[in-house]
Amino acid sequence: MRVVSALGWLLVALAGAGALAVLALRRGENVSAAWLLVAALCTYAIGYRFYSAFLAAKIFALDDARATPSERLSDGRDFVPTNRWIVFGHHFAAIAGPGPLVGPTLAAQFGYLPGVLWIVIGVVLGGAVQDMIILCASIRRDGKSLGQMAKEEIGPVAGFTALVAVLGIMVVLIAVLALVVVNALKSSPWGTVTIGLTIPIAMLMGLYLRWLRPGRVLEATALGLLLLVVALYAGRWVAEQPALAAAFTLSGKTLAILVMVYGFAASVLPVWLLLAPRDYLSAFVKIGVVVALALGILIALPPLQMPALTRFTDGTGPIFAGALFPFAFITIACGSISGFHALIASGTTPKLLERERDARMIGYGAMLMESFVAVMALIAACALTPGVYFAINAPVAALGPTAQTAAAAIANWGFVVTPTELEQLAKQVGETSLLSRTGGAPSLAVGMAHLFSRVLGGGGAMALWYHFALMFEALFILTTLDAGTRVGRFMLQDLGRHVWPAFGRTSWMPATVLSSAMIVAMWGHFLWQGVIDPLGGVNSLWPLFGISNQLLAAVALCVGTTIIIKMGKARYAWATLLPLAWLVIVTMSAGLVKLFSSEPKLGFLARAHMLHAARAAGTLPPGVKSATDLAQMIANDYLDAAVTAFFLVSVVVILADSAREWYAVLSGAKAARSTEVPFQPRVFAAGD
Amino acid sequence: MGALVGFVHRAAWVLRRVIGAPDYEQYLMHVARHHPGCVPLSRDEFARDALARRYDRPGSRCC
Repeated sequence: MRVVSALGWLLVALAGAGALAVLALRRGENVSAAWLLVAALCTYAIGYRFYSAFLAAKIFALDDARATPSERLSDGRDFVPTNRWIVFGHHFAAIAGPGPLVGPTLAAQFGYLPGVLWIVIGVVLGGAVQDMIILCASIRRDGKSLGQMAKEEIGPVAGFTALVAVLGIMVVLIAVLALVVVNALKSSPWGTVTIGLTIPIAMLMGLYLRWLRPGRVLEATALGLLLLVVALYAGRWVAEQPALAAAFTLSGKTLAILVMVYGFAASVLPVWLLLAPRDYLSAFVKIGVVVALALGILIALPPLQMPALTRFTDGTGPIFAGALFPFAFITIACGSISGFHALIASGTTPKLLERERDARMIGYGAMLMESFVAVMALIAACALTPGVYFAINAPVAALGPTAQTAAAAIANWGFVVTPTELEQLAKQVGETSLLSRTGGAPSLAVGMAHLFSRVLGGGGAMALWYHFALMFEALFILTTLDAGTRVGRFMLQDLGRHVWPAFGRTSWMPATVLSSAMIVAMWGHFLWQGVIDPLGGVNSLWPLFGISNQLLAAVALCVGTTIIIKMGKARYAWATLLPLAWLVIVTMSAGLVKLFSSEPKLGFLARAHMLHAARAAGTLPPGVKSATDLAQMIANDYLDAAVTAFFLVSVVVILADSAREWYAVLSGAKAARSTEVPFQPRVFAAGD
Repeated sequence: MGALVGFVHRAAWVLRRVIGAPDYEQYLMHVARHHPGCVPLSRDEFARDALARRYDRPGSRCC
């Protein structure tokens, strides 16, 4: 039996290695997406079977006989022992967001190879390890949050830095996601109407749940899903009426203001009216999109049109500036390691786990699934012809205003696409133009529309599929945006109460309004800067988000390492130190490049200097509309530089504080005392 | 028929838990078992209480 099993795993390993070799070495002809899927799935299987088992047994010695918080603190509400498949679904729906869809799409500008390697290797050795270690640490500590653990395990300095850093990261995250939505809806009446309608739909669900049938969540969600389909057709209808279509053809600036109003409203309105029903709807939709995408790719197995490596690995890429190292790693972010997951893994999830050993499937396994989503997004991007891919994702400054200039620019980069092809594609998906729809969402929607219409037939349905995909993406982006604004508001109030106690009262209306306005102003500022900036936008905000997200992962890994060392398992601390070291190298080098590069496309300060020079000479750089915009762009570059510097200093502070603690424990100056809740045996049975 | 109804109920229960909806039946069972003397909240009260718990404190949100 053992021999058979060993042989089986050997086969899996060989298949994975073989698929990777094909991906890396095949040149000149299109590689099938099947190779990418085989490489990813085999690597995941090996990582899950062997590495996660190793982490479970050697580091935490997970023990099903030990009572979990859901049993010890059982209250029938937050702490509820739950079947592991349900916790898996719940945890996955909580960690999955637009990040793993957008990151790999943007990183496809380097070709498919760097993306797939980092997504697959990064998750097995980094992202899944982080999620699982933090989940285990939290289970053993009554479900404590990452912030609490940072404060208690490392020290108050690291704890406070982490708190402020999380707020900063939240602001950048919301801003970049809002920008993705704005870019997707810009001058698209169909998209604007469909996505706009999702707001009253959520409110209708909220009213239904509050007054008509309290607590009947599934009924309300079914109603909501049905209305989403109606919204899809309503959008098309509006786009077909010239007068109405004109009214809903909005500029980036108008959309940005609307998104800010929405974020503010979601933060001050009662949660039952908007936030909660949207959360239910989007949890459904997330799982639906992932399953649909997987089926589409598995059935179609599209050939990858993108080469393994493009010439843009040298840093001259139009979608975002910067060379393969470190920017491929910063850009992909969530699909291979995401600091945000540490917040979820130390939030609701540890309060639900029924048995300790479930942590392996939920912590490590759900992250593998998330990584698989990233692989699928990469496939969807690389299955487009490179010409189309760059036409959708490169900014106006690189492509120029028309299909002709875009085709010429793309030909310059060595890819072929004709202006007619671009115009035809836009028409097929029911848009006036697809040029420079930066942010990844429209390109993924085109990719998905291609897949679906290929599988289910009906090229005429492309437009419906496109807007269907776009609606789903926008729906869960807006869910992150509205709930994130609210979370940010609470964080701000929590920090502010030290200065002014009344400000911290979350149920006091003036404090609610003031703090909500403050948080919206913070992310709204970055969003506005992205909208008016013809060179920047996603170009400068996404790297900032990537750096901040990886910084949060570094914090989580510092906490994890500290806990492992204090448990007396220092000999296994390399499991978290290895990804930590890599993340510190990547974030520090990316941050320093963004700060100090002399290339204006890359360095925030260099660009500020360039714009200064332009202003002094009385000229406007290409794409900049007015002198006020120019002044604002200069101020924004300094702000971006300051935020980057803040993130880098935070990494150094937290790392130094952790190293001090590690040294104290390892040198014997401080006793290695684990802060785990002592062992209590499990008593009651499943489903109780 | 009974098996089908049972399956639908079970599936609905799974879906509710996955999307993070509060589970009133679970709560009733918990109260009956662990706090036999207490009067449980009504379905409406429980739904409101669950919302307050989920949103009225800093949690987190993912990318």
